[in-house]
Amino acid sequence: MGQVQASGITAIIDNPDRETELLIGIAQRILDRARQGGADQAEVGISSSLAREVGVRLGEIEVLEEARDRGVRVTVYRNHCSGSASTGDLRPDVIDECVDRALAIARHTQPDKACGLANPEWMAREFPDLDLWHPADLGIQDLIDRALIMEQAGRDADERIGNSEGASVSTEAGIGVYANSHGFIGSSRGTRHSQSCVLIARDDSGMQRDYDWDSSRRFEALARPEETGTGAARRVLRRLGARRVPTGPVPVLFAPEVARGLIGHMVGAVSGGNLYRRSSYLLDSVGDVVLPEWASLIEQPRLPGGPASACYDGDGVATRESALVADGKLLRYVLSNYSARRLGLTTTANAGGVRNLTLAGPSRSPEQLMAEMDTGLLITEVMGQGVNLVTGDYSRGAAGFWVENGEIAWPAEEITIAGHLRDMLGNLRGAGSDIDQRRSIRVGSLLVDRMVVAGQ
Amino acid sequence: MFEIARAQLLDASGLGQSEIELAMGRLAGQGIDLGDLYFQRRVREGWMLEDGSVRQGNWDVDQGVGVRAIAGAGTGFAYADSISLPALLDAADSARAITRSGKTGQVRVQQSALARQRYGEQDPTGQGQPSDRVELLRTIDAYVRSLDQRVSQVSVNLSASHEAIVVASTDGVLTGDVRPLVRLDIRVLMEEGDRREQGFSGGGGRFALEDLMDPETWQTFASQAVRQGAINLTAEAAPAGHMTVVLGPGWPGVLLHEAIGHGLEGDFNRKGISAFSDRIGERVATEECTIVDDGTLEQRRGSLNIDDEGTPSGCTTLIENGRLVGYMQDKLNARLMGVQPTGNGRRESFAHLPMPRMTNTYMLPGKHDPGEIIASVEDGIYAVNFNGGQVDITSGKFVFAASEAYRIRNGKLGGAIKGATLIGNGPDVLTRVGMVGNDLELDSGVGVCGKEGQSVPVGVGQPTLRIDGLTVGGTA
Repeated sequence: MGQVQASGITAIIDNPDRETELLIGIAQRILDRARQGGADQAEVGISSSLAREVGVRLGEIEVLEEARDRGVRVTVYRNHCSGSASTGDLRPDVIDECVDRALAIARHTQPDKACGLANPEWMAREFPDLDLWHPADLGIQDLIDRALIMEQAGRDADERIGNSEGASVSTEAGIGVYANSHGFIGSSRGTRHSQSCVLIARDDSGMQRDYDWDSSRRFEALARPEETGTGAARRVLRRLGARRVPTGPVPVLFAPEVARGLIGHMVGAVSGGNLYRRSSYLLDSVGDVVLPEWASLIEQPRLPGGPASACYDGDGVATRESALVADGKLLRYVLSNYSARRLGLTTTANAGGVRNLTLAGPSRSPEQLMAEMDTGLLITEVMGQGVNLVTGDYSRGAAGFWVENGEIAWPAEEITIAGHLRDMLGNLRGAGSDIDQRRSIRVGSLLVDRMVVAGQ
Repeated sequence: MFEIARAQLLDASGLGQSEIELAMGRLAGQGIDLGDLYFQRRVREGWMLEDGSVRQGNWDVDQGVGVRAIAGAGTGFAYADSISLPALLDAADSARAITRSGKTGQVRVQQSALARQRYGEQDPTGQGQPSDRVELLRTIDAYVRSLDQRVSQVSVNLSASHEAIVVASTDGVLTGDVRPLVRLDIRVLMEEGDRREQGFSGGGGRFALEDLMDPETWQTFASQAVRQGAINLTAEAAPAGHMTVVLGPGWPGVLLHEAIGHGLEGDFNRKGISAFSDRIGERVATEECTIVDDGTLEQRRGSLNIDDEGTPSGCTTLIENGRLVGYMQDKLNARLMGVQPTGNGRRESFAHLPMPRMTNTYMLPGKHDPGEIIASVEDGIYAVNFNGGQVDITSGKFVFAASEAYRIRNGKLGGAIKGATLIGNGPDVLTRVGMVGNDLELDSGVGVCGKEGQSVPVGVGQPTLRIDGLTVGGTA
């Protein structure tokens, strides 16, 4: 394969100010039309992104993709009735039709006292630079070379790696604008560079697949491609020979890649949408103990360079650092303006979810946690949808390792782990120092006191 | 269908035969095995009732063109979110970066023979009045609440979508389709004392919105949702361990989708990374099992007149009397494996690449009465509803999570048990099918299949099945 020419549609990277101005112009036009059409209030979100991705497999290029995505969503309010419309087509006539459709829908929906914009005084006023914009000057060939190096390093790691699902590298830049009829106009921009490698290993026991990945706002901060390739190799090789474990209760150590899901389930259960629908096992739980006394959860929405950092939430409300859980006690819910009003509360600037939530408290190395567990299961993968937030019941497929005397004994698969989220999180025995910084929920390994594992 | 799609997508943007052939010429250069253009426009409309009133309505329109150039096993792909000649040519130039050759070729396309129509072309988003939809949702809410006083929350979602596509490819295909899709979901929360449980039901397909608005249809969904919620209020902890599992007819066919279906998609097998790779002709199920993927069923959620590469939809036998006989293919993987495409090339939208995907996947009926199957089980569980599932196609391990299940003891149905995840191994689970019922049912039309980040509507189905040994993930 020879040199590949990059194409010219790089407006977002070349001139983000101009692209932002363009989106703001569209937003203002939408708000004007909504007002002229009789809306009491209106809000609009617009996004524009450019991504370039390459995939290689077994040393050959498998896919070259250039993705230019744009989207606009408008919501109008009239006499406490709302209507929404969205499109990916930013031509003026399509946008006008969207506004008119939203207005027409608002003539038919029923009054909802909770709907409408958040108080104007809560809108974000300061827009500090959150260090999120680091476009990289990369041609397609740079990405291809990196993917080839990554996959080759993984395939060379061991002769049992006879096959690959490929390696991919992508670079993405996006701009977002949110504006509403209070006169609020916010804009944000961010980059994301990612790489991943998926390898297949085989021996007499069968075939296994696993992967490794990295992602960062700065291309230079990505792991070396060789590291991700050999990381995938290490992860897939250790799964060979996996088998079921005996059925019964055991302690379970969740590796960081699955531990963040546990915290995510708890966040879901204290989120406004589930609370006002009474679809949560944590109703009326502010002030209750939800984690052990040694654990706190701190939200840092303006963390410089953070994966989910933003100056304002999906309602335009200013974000700020705040604890969700302190010393094991739940201090607040996770609320948007709408869900807060449904509950008779005040927004926590969480329209769009939590942003950079970190588990704080004493931590130990994963090896120490394994030693403390002594005999039990280390889980590195969970499968399926068996989490019921209404009741807190948890039952999922899993794969990982059987641990004996504090050390990995053999790989385990085709098992389920079951318990209740309240007990699992309330009785955590320890947290790992191996915090995964790449995700919005930043947590290391978590040692769960006891779950029922089903296998043989 | 093609005429309607062409009028909406091409004529409206001033694209004629010569413009299409000009763009295709850029995809027909040296070294390119296949190039195609995929024009799409989709309008979606949705209404949501919650807490007794219709609080939200949404309308969405998307259109664009995806351009693909395939060289060997490599694909160049680009797309434009507006349909115009300059955007089309730009995307074509980006896609052909997969080859280094600067030469263009010549392509002649002509309209392909019409595929048989499996559904009407009517636009459900344009049917009837918005006020009728709002009224319907309120009527459903009142009806659900009248069924059981333990119902504390009701949410109802009604959605309609209308999609037009045109496919032009360098192998000479020029064709199109118009696809309606409607869906109604009813979710209830029921409370008794300290307990709260959910119930869900819903359905839809490629038909008119009026059919969903028929009281007989939505009253059935409403009753099912309330029945499920009420049953779950009495459910006890599920057992844990390896045991006999009887799966009810219809939606539990999600077992086949996860355990068998994904592993038989052509891309995974061409790459040799499926637990089913190189196993054509082998026995992977008991003799009673015959499984097909059938996109030709009338008006079903997973049905297609043509797939997203223009290949007419088909009925592909995957497992015949227990033997593996076929994979599901798109054009790229069929060509590399030296077989014919099967009409399974699907994509979420113009902004996504096609790949082999399922349509409606189900097992043909066997000879046993369902009552006889339950009576044959000494100790096990009977699972009739599921939330969905997931599979690791390489190791073959799959899971699916029950949302309604019962204990079986001494051949009799016992009390309800809490939703438990079931886990098994795809290549051998069907070798443990002890009995196949005579009661084949297809699901009501709620399936969404996700693969590599792309979602497409699908259907599943099966008769009652007895599986002699599956791991049940309870706590008791």
